[in-house]
Parts: sequence; structure tokens; C-alpha cells
Amino acid sequence: MKKAFPIFGVLTALLLSYALYQALVVAPTEQTMGDVQRIFYYHVPSAWTAFILFTINLIASLVYLATRKPAADIMALVSAEVGVVFCSIVLVTGPIWARPVWGIWWTWDMRLTSTLVLWLIYVSYLVLRRFSSGGETPLLAAALAIFGALCVPFVYFSIWFFRTQHPQPVIGGGGSIDPRMLHVLLINWLAFSCFAFLICWSRYRLEEIQREVEAAHATQSLTTPGSAR
Amino acid sequence: MTPPTGITRASLWKDLRLEWRSKDAINSMLFFSLLVVVVFSFSFDPNAEESRAIAGGLIWVAFLFAAVVALNQTWAREIRNQVLDAYRVSPAPANSLFLAKAIGNFIFVSVLETLMTPLFVLFYQLRPLGPAWQLLLVAALGTWALVVNGTFFAAMSLRTRSREIMLPLLLFPISIPALLAMVQATTNILTGEGARVWIALLLSYDLVFTSACLLLFEIVLNAE
Repeated sequence: MKKAFPIFGVLTALLLSYALYQALVVAPTEQTMGDVQRIFYYHVPSAWTAFILFTINLIASLVYLATRKPAADIMALVSAEVGVVFCSIVLVTGPIWARPVWGIWWTWDMRLTSTLVLWLIYVSYLVLRRFSSGGETPLLAAALAIFGALCVPFVYFSIWFFRTQHPQPVIGGGGSIDPRMLHVLLINWLAFSCFAFLICWSRYRLEEIQREVEAAHATQSLTTPGSAR
Repeated sequence: MTPPTGITRASLWKDLRLEWRSKDAINSMLFFSLLVVVVFSFSFDPNAEESRAIAGGLIWVAFLFAAVVALNQTWAREIRNQVLDAYRVSPAPANSLFLAKAIGNFIFVSVLETLMTPLFVLFYQLRPLGPAWQLLLVAALGTWALVVNGTFFAAMSLRTRSREIMLPLLLFPISIPALLAMVQATTNILTGEGARVWIALLLSYDLVFTSACLLLFEIVLNAE
């Protein structure tokens, strides 16, 4: 790969280390929850990164439907895969945080339930891509991505109307956050975003190369005499 | 040239007539529905008061399974006789075929629901404390929500491995808001609370996803 990748990789590693140090050492200890609260600096940036990646998936799917460019399809696949990984991190770190703080691993409140449903929708997207055979998989997957995106507002509204138990959000909601904590949160978000970008980049190249190899195999079996079965 | 509504009507009549003559699917699904109700009655055996609280969920889970069984065989006949290829080649709009299939499935699943509901009422001694006509509205909107997406995803699953399992894997996550609305609306009507917001949610869900299916079905039909 180009020289830019390893340089960016090293920078991201440094940024992640710095963010970790900030989260575990520098950030002030939370009043009621204590040190357990520090998982917040992994939980929230992962969630934001996952949402951004799913938005990229929607945009890429729309672009693919409009232009049929393979690059858009690869971008949709990559953003869905990495988004599901980050969403899984949210769903795992959430219960780890909840258990000591709330005493329960899981509850069907608004935030948790809607994240779980989002995860289910995008896992089903990946299942379709994996199980679908034939050249039209990108189109079917793009259609499903649009359905998934259309579903998201319904998910949020229905679950919000159904129940609310989650404490007030610290950003953009009723609760407030100490500016030092906000600072550490944003640093971690930046680090996670760079990491996500790195993973997406390498996955993108991997997918591109894989398609080139498959196309080469197909051409070879067509043109070489006696090798076609 | 036949107008699109004419094509929809013709396709729908064809499906209904075929089903009436062979009674393949309806017989198996009738029996399946009865089995589901009986199994639920063994699994959840509450007294009359508790049953009202959970009956909404039980009924809709039973309807959901019946719908999946019905949807799985939606396109099977078309594949067997290369009808799908013929349809692709014809100038008929893809939407007409989709609507015909969706309406046919809707009629199908509604018949099943009409047969299962008295059994549920009987086994669980249900008596709605709210307006009963609203239950019909919820049933209609909820069934359409499942069927319209299900018909679309069944067509998507045609070219996948493990075709039968793909349909629920794709359908269930997307249907969760509608399922929540259906169950909550039914439970609220049975217990005498308000269901207006849930019914409004179901209606908007139906509108949004019917439009999405109609707009995108062309792609799915022509997928190779």
C-alpha cells in the first residue's frame, strides 16, 4: 500500500495511546460512579463512530443505486462491516458499565433497545451480502440498506414512546458534563475515528484486490483453452 | 395495453384461483395455526386477568410465524414454472406484480388470522375492554406491515443460499418497530388504554415502507 498508510497507522497508534492515557489517568474521577465511569470514554465514541459509519453506508448505497459504481458498493460493504464492529463494542461495553452501576446487565430502555435493533438491522445486511450469490448482490444490499435507514426513525420513536429508563444523556440532552471530561471524550472520539478510518481503508483495499483477483480468475477460465469446466 | 391495475387484478385472481383449486398452502397453514395456538396455550396458561396483558404479544407472535410460513412460498410457484423470467421480459411494470403478490399474501394471512383469533379468544377468555373495532384496524395495518415487507424480502431471498431462513433474518429486524406497535396497540385495546399513537405509528410505517417497496421492487425483480 501507499506510504501514507503506515505513517497514518503510526499516528493513529500514538493518538490512541494518548487518548487511553487521557481516559484512564488524566480525566477526573466521576463523583458517584467512581473509576468504573471511565468506560464512558470507550462506550460513547464507539457509538458515535458506529452511527457515522452507518450513515456512510446509507450514502454509499444511495450513490450505488444512482450510479452503479463498484467503488460505492465497496464503501457500503466496508462501512457496514466496521460499523457493526463498533456497534458490538457499544453493546458489550454498555452492560459491563451497567452491571456495577445499575446492578443489572441489561434493561429494555430506549437507548439500549434502539442500539440493539440497529445492530440487528446491519447484521442482517451483512448476512444478505454473505449469503447472496450472483452479480446483483450489490443492488439487493443497497435496497436493504435503504430499508434499514428508513426503519431507524421508526425504531427510535417507537422505543422512546414505549419506555424511558436511561439516565439523561451528557451531550445534547438534559445532563451536563464537566469540561475536562468533555475534552477527554472528544480526544477519544478523534482517536476512534482515525482508527475506524484506518480499518476501513485497509478493508477497502482488501475488497478491491479480491474483486480484481476474482475477475482475473473468471477471465482466465474463459480465455484459456481446456481450462474451462 | 392493459393498464397496471388490470395486471395487478389479473395476477391476483390467478394466484387466488390457483390456491382455491389446489388448497396446498391454506391447508398446511390452517393446521400450523391451530398447532401454534395450542402450543401457546400449553406454554402460557395464565388466568383471565393476566392473559389480557400478554395476549397481545402472543397473538402477534403466532400471526408472525403464520405470515413467515405463508410468505416463504410466495414466489415458489413462479420460480418453478419460469413465470418470473417471463414477467421480466414482458413490458408489464414490476409494481403490478408486487402489489398482486402483496395483496394475495395479505388476503391469505388475514384468513389465517380470522381463523386463529376465535381460538385465542376461546382459550384465553379474552374480552376487549377498549373499542373492539380498533382491533380490526390494528390487525389490518399490522398484517399489511408484515406482508408488504415480507413479500419484498421473499423476492430478495430468491437468489440466496438458505432461502427459507433468509426471509425471517431480513424481515424481523426491520419489522421490530411495527411489531412493537402492533403488540402494544392490541394489548392497550384489550386492557382498555389508549392505542391511538400506536395506530398512527403503524399507519405511517405502512405508508413509508409500501412506498419504498414499490419504488425498489423493479431492482429486485430484475436482479439476476
